[in-house]
Amino acid sequence: MSGTDDAARRGRDELMEVNAARALAGARSCFVGIGLPSTAANLARRTVNPDLVLVYESGTIGSRPTRLPLSIGDGELADTADAVVSVPEIFNYWLQGGRIDVGFLGAAQLDRFANINTTVVDRGPDRPEGRLPGAGGAPEIAANCGAVLIVLRHTRRNLVPALDFVTTVGHGAGPGDRAALGMRGAGPTAIITDLGVLRPDPDTAELVLSALHPGVTPEQAREATGWDLRVAPDLTTTQAPTDAELSALRALKAAGGKAS
Amino acid sequence: MADIRSLHDAVRDLVHDGDTVALEGFTHLIPFAAAHEIIRQGVTGLTLARMTPDVVYDQLIGAGAARRLVFSWGGNPGVGSLHRFRDAVENGWPHPLELDEHSHAGMANRYVAGASKLPFAVLRGYRGSGLPARTDTISTVTCPFTGEELAAVAALNPDVTIVHAQQADRRGNVQLWGLTGVQKEAVLAAGRVLVTVEEIVEGALEPRPGSVVLPGWVIDAVALVPGGAHPSYAAGYSVRDNDFYQRWDAVSRDRDTFLRWLDENVRNVRKGS
Repeated sequence: MSGTDDAARRGRDELMEVNAARALAGARSCFVGIGLPSTAANLARRTVNPDLVLVYESGTIGSRPTRLPLSIGDGELADTADAVVSVPEIFNYWLQGGRIDVGFLGAAQLDRFANINTTVVDRGPDRPEGRLPGAGGAPEIAANCGAVLIVLRHTRRNLVPALDFVTTVGHGAGPGDRAALGMRGAGPTAIITDLGVLRPDPDTAELVLSALHPGVTPEQAREATGWDLRVAPDLTTTQAPTDAELSALRALKAAGGKAS
Repeated sequence: MADIRSLHDAVRDLVHDGDTVALEGFTHLIPFAAAHEIIRQGVTGLTLARMTPDVVYDQLIGAGAARRLVFSWGGNPGVGSLHRFRDAVENGWPHPLELDEHSHAGMANRYVAGASKLPFAVLRGYRGSGLPARTDTISTVTCPFTGEELAAVAALNPDVTIVHAQQADRRGNVQLWGLTGVQKEAVLAAGRVLVTVEEIVEGALEPRPGSVVLPGWVIDAVALVPGGAHPSYAAGYSVRDNDFYQRWDAVSRDRDTFLRWLDENVRNVRKGS
């Protein structure tokens, strides 16, 4: 990859990370997945939502890390937390107990109803299925939080017409499915990618392109999506990152750990 | 009262071919040194249980110790894939690995049921997921009070649980603190328990906020292994060696490189005797 492509990729990643952080404005508490969600949640604490309570599945509640953790169990998360509880407690009392506003997840594969696969991928007839890390906390995070945000890079490999495996339910096959499955909360409300933002259509629950980052065209987003992506009639453009957002993001990444 | 043993003797006497073994630790206090002793002693056919089979299980799987994995997330946190785990699942190297796969909430509750000596645990989970179809340890149960259908997960009772902790006293009482994960449940669910510790203190253990104390009478053996969690860490004693986790990606990608690493860093090293 050339230097120019690298710079372009970094710029698009920053658009994704800044917009993912903005999506946490107003939330009280966030159950944070590792990787991009953790970057976004930590950036949100430094920009739009200083009081955001970060909850990690390792059992930390109210962590205020000074740098990005490489793992959800880095000592920094425990040392700066309001409370450290056991793993059964974090899942049973805090998550299943309905005490978390927003669940923030990444995904390997996502379909048009924001269902997620992180288990296995089909690599064709002559090859064994490709092994992904697995479910982790995601199925119950998506089922039990007040709302769900998902962040991932926008490619045909990631946004697919049909999942190879359903690890985590977003909106199932459409409206009413979450309620029928006994899930609480609104489910996925926004998918933030490096090209723009997808949101579920209120009537069909199908993800539609609702915003583009500056400089991205609808055709680019449609081309990078594995299904026939619909574009919202009121398509908007996200605000360019402010200097303050970019410097906070870059400082966070420079402080250690891994960016995403 | 737990015996204070050498790591070598404790593993020799407590871990047998074909056992179900849980080496727990949620990022923190992962018993790496004990896993290496298992590899050195050539134990085989293990069912390995663990919520997050990260690098330590990559090493055990690549070394050929495991037949089956009971887990909920298998990756190198923040870095990427576990290449030895993937190679075993996708290509059967060094031999095939069966999977019993759960979510974190399901695994945590399987240990809770195991520690409670109940046959199963109940949670609101798994609905709509493809996971229940892949295992016989997830089912459903109808609430006798409300009629609601809930997920049921089978109790997990390892033959042996191994954890690392900060301190023990001479009587084998063990104290751990910081991120205490699912260690208490995994210990209380097990038939036999080995704890490796950073330090054996004289006199009484000093109480610490939020700590877990495991009395010596629920533990079979305690082994003094300072640094036994590396590259994981023990709060108050060490910090996580994030560089090691990042380097592991390159070491584990290639079978020969991995085997060389294993010989140089585990098989031909004498520790804890």
